[in-house]
Amino acid sequence: MYQVGNLVKELSDKHGRERESLMPILQGIVQKHNYLTDEAMVEVARELDISAAEVYGTASFYTFLDTQLKGKYVIRVCKTITCSMKGKGDIIHTLEDMLKIKVGETTADNQFSLVETNCIGWCHKAPAILINEMPYTELTPEKVTEIIKDYMQK
Amino acid sequence: MENKGLNKVDLIFEKIDNREVLNKAFKMSREEIIQEVLESGLKGRGGAGFPTGLKWKYTAAEKSPDKYVVCNADEGEPGTFKDREILERVSNKVHGGMVIAGKAIGAKKGIVYLRGEYRYLLPKLMIELEAFHKMIREIGFDFSIEYRMGSGAYICGEESALFESIEGKRGEPRNKPPYPTVSGVFEKPTSINNVETLVTAMMIVNHGSKNFTQYGTKDSRGSKVFSISGDTPTPGIFELELGMTVLQFVNEFGDGDTKAVQVGGASGFCVPRKKFAETIIGFEGVPTGGSMKLFNSSRSMYNVLHNYLDFFAEESCGQCTPCRVGCQQLLKGVEKVKKGEAKSTYLTELMKLADTMKIAAKCGLGQSVGNAFKSIVGNFKEEIIY
Repeated sequence: MYQVGNLVKELSDKHGRERESLMPILQGIVQKHNYLTDEAMVEVARELDISAAEVYGTASFYTFLDTQLKGKYVIRVCKTITCSMKGKGDIIHTLEDMLKIKVGETTADNQFSLVETNCIGWCHKAPAILINEMPYTELTPEKVTEIIKDYMQK
Repeated sequence: MENKGLNKVDLIFEKIDNREVLNKAFKMSREEIIQEVLESGLKGRGGAGFPTGLKWKYTAAEKSPDKYVVCNADEGEPGTFKDREILERVSNKVHGGMVIAGKAIGAKKGIVYLRGEYRYLLPKLMIELEAFHKMIREIGFDFSIEYRMGSGAYICGEESALFESIEGKRGEPRNKPPYPTVSGVFEKPTSINNVETLVTAMMIVNHGSKNFTQYGTKDSRGSKVFSISGDTPTPGIFELELGMTVLQFVNEFGDGDTKAVQVGGASGFCVPRKKFAETIIGFEGVPTGGSMKLFNSSRSMYNVLHNYLDFFAEESCGQCTPCRVGCQQLLKGVEKVKKGEAKSTYLTELMKLADTMKIAAKCGLGQSVGNAFKSIVGNFKEEIIY
């Protein structure tokens, strides 16, 4: 759980308080905290003067606007056909072993979340993952181990 | 049916002087620009293939002080990655295409809707956009471009869902008509074009439509960027002339053991080996936004189909029943047949369901699920059953 503090106000000052400002504001919160708490969504609703149900209804439509707790680093493993043909399974096993969690879970220290996602546009360099915004491609178990070790030391 | 050989073309990434091209466009009249694009025969490069010149013509005809050019950069079709590469390498040409579209239709505002998965590109794009804005102001254009981000929803590549998303709502497709040219984003007349379409249009203005029509066929003019992946020694991005057969394509990009090519991604068509020679890649054969996935004989087509159906079941927006329930039932259905819980004749029932979805679904997503389903089940029935 995080405290929204002034973030919603800052984002609304930047993007406006119209209905079309909703996505950029929610995206701004997710960029900082990786998921949306109920409190954050209620705060956004208050700031834009719309119902909290509208905010939740919009947020829950989009995969990247998570309304469930997510760790500091969200690892999204592409599961669409080319990545799945080119060794996605090995990447998942490596990550599960390293982080001691299953797909869909978050580590106890809230550092990492592991999820599967649909095509992320790196089919020519499969298998690919996103960690927050950054793509990592042409992965092998060795390569992904190195990448995660780096993140663990951040 | 014309048949062209496999020709590599250099248009989209060709080095040009952007300022020079935009100066030229600035001196042209709206009618001249639209006429040039109409004569080129350019059809939308996102996959749907609507004639770009007509889209501009219709939007130009609308009487409204507020019009929009929207660049569809929500590239989500499995197997396509060309728009990311275009934005990464030649964003000025994308923005340039938007300015030219703006001049053609009489719009002062442009919005790029970029998929959330490509957010990492944003810092660089913002720097390039700032310099671009400065350049077009010097030329004399009254046009500005802003970026809006998606957040992980395949359906937002559908034009009206994309508008809803820009407006801050759930990405649920609208009823048509009205079409975007009449009532698009913020209910204003809008020309929405794919990233590659905008660059192609800019190059048509630069080189003239005659230069473009020398490539391709009667139904599929010009060249386009293909995203090539799967069982191939040379995955990546290639710009090729339209009108080649799948066989010519496979001879160039296959690994010597290609048994099927999925043309146009999950919503496209599966072409089996026995139809390689007779199938043309283009609007007269298999249309495509450029997604080309090669599968060799080591691959199970059941896995390919299952993967696509799983994708659709997840990405269906859920507002219309034929698509929401249809996707789930097709997925459960092939699983049942595979496990032996349903007879193989059950596939015939599922084929009918796919047909129903084509007729009854509200938007292109639900209407095209049947493409992959019918072409994979139809050509690889034994792999689905056993």
